[in-house]
Amino acid sequence: MSDICVEIIGLKKSFGPLEVLKNIDLTVNRGDVVCIIGPSGSGKSTLLRCVNLLEEPNGGKITVNGTDLTDPDVDIDRARTKIGMVFQGFNLFSHLNVLNNLMVAQRKVLKRSESQAREVALRNLDRVGLRDKVAAMPAQLSGGQQQRAAIARALSMDPEVMLFDEPTSALDPELVGDVLGVMRQLADEGMTMLVVTHEMQFAREVADKVIFMDGGYIVEEGPAAEVIGNPQEERTQSFLARVLDPTHHGPKDPV
Amino acid sequence: MAMSKRKRAEYIRYAQYGILIVVVLLVAFLADWGQIRRAFFNTDIAASMFPNVITVALKNTIIYTALGFAFGLALGLVLALMKLSTVGPYRWIATVYIEFFRGVPALLVFIGIYYGVPIAFQMQFPPLTTVMLALGGVGAAYMAETIRAGLQAVPKGQVEAARSLGMSSGRAMITIVIPQAFRIILPPLTNELILLTKDSSLIYILGLFREQYELTKFGRETLSRSPSLTPILIAGLCYLIITLPLGYLSRYLEKRTGGKKVSVV
Repeated sequence: MSDICVEIIGLKKSFGPLEVLKNIDLTVNRGDVVCIIGPSGSGKSTLLRCVNLLEEPNGGKITVNGTDLTDPDVDIDRARTKIGMVFQGFNLFSHLNVLNNLMVAQRKVLKRSESQAREVALRNLDRVGLRDKVAAMPAQLSGGQQQRAAIARALSMDPEVMLFDEPTSALDPELVGDVLGVMRQLADEGMTMLVVTHEMQFAREVADKVIFMDGGYIVEEGPAAEVIGNPQEERTQSFLARVLDPTHHGPKDPV
Repeated sequence: MAMSKRKRAEYIRYAQYGILIVVVLLVAFLADWGQIRRAFFNTDIAASMFPNVITVALKNTIIYTALGFAFGLALGLVLALMKLSTVGPYRWIATVYIEFFRGVPALLVFIGIYYGVPIAFQMQFPPLTTVMLALGGVGAAYMAETIRAGLQAVPKGQVEAARSLGMSSGRAMITIVIPQAFRIILPPLTNELILLTKDSSLIYILGLFREQYELTKFGRETLSRSPSLTPILIAGLCYLIITLPLGYLSRYLEKRTGGKKVSVV
């Protein structure tokens, strides 16, 4: 199997007259954790959502697990079963309990048997530490628990890559650690991950590669220690200065 | 002399009570209570209506309403999905259907179906089928708009999550969106059921047999043989046996789901 899991070439995406992604090239190797950072409106979430075609690109080519997603004849539903996605707002199915949230797509999409789907679901709930919440409804869980259940739901499809769209941005600060802990454990297990995040500490410690985006371009990319620890581009420096030390800079006084 | 605001409010309240007392006294003295009792509360006639008013009329009203509601719900769901379709002609057909059947009196629709359908299809439907088509056809027009609103009230993230797990858009609609939409619209749907219960009275025009009478027809039929309006009162009370609990259920469901759903745009 090839070492490349996600390959993006010349990706372009516009919303009406607004060009959100301008010619993005990005490669994610199998087993790598790639963190995408950048100011809001820089196109990071849109880039991530293009990787499983929740947003339709206007140009360029996206290949995931050897499947060209931009091919008009691609079986996108089939391709998506191998691409797990975790959302900022969790998006657990509110009418199903935790176990059924994890089982419904296994049953209806992968056509797994009831017992097999249940076994996979329980194994993944163990992984995220929610075994005791099988029967709970999403509304009865804290944000951190909901997000971990959502991660377990994506894992239950046995994906080859996981996409995380600001997975901790909607959480109360004291709940962020649980979710990041699960993600770190996934990374340690060798999962290929593409993470849009504002958690610089996580990016610095876990990411194999960090990408800084601004204004629809990839401004800087490289190992975490370099991009976060020793940024070369001025825009990266100014962004990191504001994120890492928000109280010491006025809005018009970057760096 | 100027009166303080508080004083004024107090006098206005006294005046309101005063008017109420005068009206009640007028009605009490001017009405012929003996006559009214004979007209509405004739116990012999009331007793003669039992048990048939329950075992035949009330039962039939419930059966007709249930059939109409079931058919109306199914057709309403189809119309709602058509209204949200990306195919233009589907949207137009649904809009025309909904606007037409909401805009004309149900009685006209029933007459049209009763006399028109046999001509159009060169066959006579059994009475129950006609009742179902007529009540359901009208109910569907009202329910379609409610269901459409419910489908649109399901957060977009639910569909995105479903699609990201590999569900097709149809699968996501059936497995995720429709079940959630029905939870949201349970209270208004209960209200539609109440309206349909009352509309079921209009099927008297369908020329039913005695054992097919529903409450209104049964009441009118008894009325024609008795010198008192008691049958109408009894029939009315029987409707309340159905509609009052439903109304209570609707308000209960609204309270239970209402609080959470406000955040749903």
